[in-house]
Amino acid sequence: MEQALVNLEVFSATLLELARADSNLLVVTSDSRGSAKLAPFAKAAPGQIVEVGIAEQNLVGVAAGLAAAGKTVFAVSPACFLTARSLEQIKNDLCYSDRPVKAVGISAGVSYGALGTTHHSLHDYAVLRAIHNLAIVAPADNFETREAVRAAARLPMPVYLRFGKKRMPHLPRMEPDFALGRASRIREGTDLSFLACGETVAPAFEAAGLLAKEGIQCRVLSVHTLKPLDVAAVRQAATETGGVITVEEHSINGGLGEACAALMLQEGLFARFKITGFPDDHTVTGSQEELFRHYGLDGPGLAATARQLLAKR
Amino acid sequence: MLTERDLKLKSAQYRKDLLRLIKACGTGHTGGDLSCLDILNVLYNRVLRVSPETFKSQDRDYYIQSKGHCAEALFVVLADRGFFPAKDLETLNRYGSHYLGHPTRDVNGVEQNTGALGHGLAVAVGIALAGKMDRKDYRVFTLLGDGELAEGSNWEAAMTAAHYRLDNLVAIVDRNGLQITGSTEDVCQLSPLDEKFKAFGFAVQRCDGNDVGDLVRTLEAVPFRPGKPSLVLARTRKGKGVSFMENVAKWHHGVPNDEEFSRAMAELEAAEAAIA
Repeated sequence: MEQALVNLEVFSATLLELARADSNLLVVTSDSRGSAKLAPFAKAAPGQIVEVGIAEQNLVGVAAGLAAAGKTVFAVSPACFLTARSLEQIKNDLCYSDRPVKAVGISAGVSYGALGTTHHSLHDYAVLRAIHNLAIVAPADNFETREAVRAAARLPMPVYLRFGKKRMPHLPRMEPDFALGRASRIREGTDLSFLACGETVAPAFEAAGLLAKEGIQCRVLSVHTLKPLDVAAVRQAATETGGVITVEEHSINGGLGEACAALMLQEGLFARFKITGFPDDHTVTGSQEELFRHYGLDGPGLAATARQLLAKR
Repeated sequence: MLTERDLKLKSAQYRKDLLRLIKACGTGHTGGDLSCLDILNVLYNRVLRVSPETFKSQDRDYYIQSKGHCAEALFVVLADRGFFPAKDLETLNRYGSHYLGHPTRDVNGVEQNTGALGHGLAVAVGIALAGKMDRKDYRVFTLLGDGELAEGSNWEAAMTAAHYRLDNLVAIVDRNGLQITGSTEDVCQLSPLDEKFKAFGFAVQRCDGNDVGDLVRTLEAVPFRPGKPSLVLARTRKGKGVSFMENVAKWHHGVPNDEEFSRAMAELEAAEAAIA
């Protein structure tokens, strides 16, 4: 697969394109412009970036105020801090008060690798899914990043955008267009479906390639929008293919997997089903790549899980 | 424009309206409502450039009530200023009503949903910063409880206000000295608040927050220093206006029984008659 850019570089370039067209657009950072790849933005549009220092609660509160005064606001901070320390500001100042700020969690999941659990965000989908009036979006590749940032800017409601920091491959896609709330079909197959999001779509696609060599044809979906969930896509995966494996760089509790499980169970769709992600345990030390391998979230690991699931009667 | 005497009469009327409201709905943050009522009176009747007609205007003054639990006081004043019919408040806290125990934007005149402490100042900073960026001349006022200042988020926002030289921002501290457990100084010492806010880059003025004349003089003098956010340290009495509620922590959210209600109303009637 062709290696493209880190999604955050595309995020930053897209924001700059939007900022040039709309002087009302602002980016707010908490000493995070470097890690967010926003240095070029800050240089090109210095009047459209606001720094609040290492103060994530303040970041979200100030962003809410800027939005209240009519600004289109992207508030950017590492996902681990943004969705934990300032969770109450997201809940009250953005979602409850209906301020359509785009909260951007960078270096999400285990992107920070060996920096450890303080810097991991394996809880963010779970806590944010339970908050009303928030769209949750984790783009898989550069294309989805660009489209998601544009769509989020237009969406008149709060959005959580989640980005990792790995250089992402260009993924193929069956449909040329992108819409929030509609999963992107990356590969077609009927033996099994991988429903993945964010930086786990690429390894799911890799797993599908490995399985194809064994004659197992998998559907791969990028479920970039966790909320609102693409109900039709999940339903089809459960009914049209031989089983569903969800893949997320998140705790197995409360994320994409449980969202799909709840939907399928309540609709009476009893497909073979497996949630993959990070177990409810202390995370071992390692880089993102090592952790993906350790927890079976790399291509070979996901392929092994698929074989096990298909072996079940 | 309301004179000082008019404002005093307004405060007397608001206190009676407030107690009737709390008595009728059976709940409310009575002590804090009474301590901040004169501040709200002066803001909405003399200082804020906002009305029901201009509430959606891009140039209005903004008011964010960070101490959201004193929603009843805000609702009484907003109703009197015509943001909604006073009769609506009969539904306060009732099943399905959009008038609840904290301010929400479902109520006309409310700028931001508050209730969790330590949120209002940062939002006010954001609005004030946007005003500076857009070269607008609106001002942003926010009312903070004193007990609320233990929330660290206030001090994050204070640093940002000074950093961006937001002299269009006015934070008012309702310094009644009591919180639910007791004296603010016994719970977690706040003093000296004036020195703390000065150190954080604010221009600070003290005033008597239950004296409408002093409030008018202070709030009409903002900004106190060009290039600095203003902080009004308004000394108040929790439960102000009702002798047996004044400075008694249990009235933080006490509701008067029938006998207490009658005594309170009689005191407020007498105070009103003395002004008239």
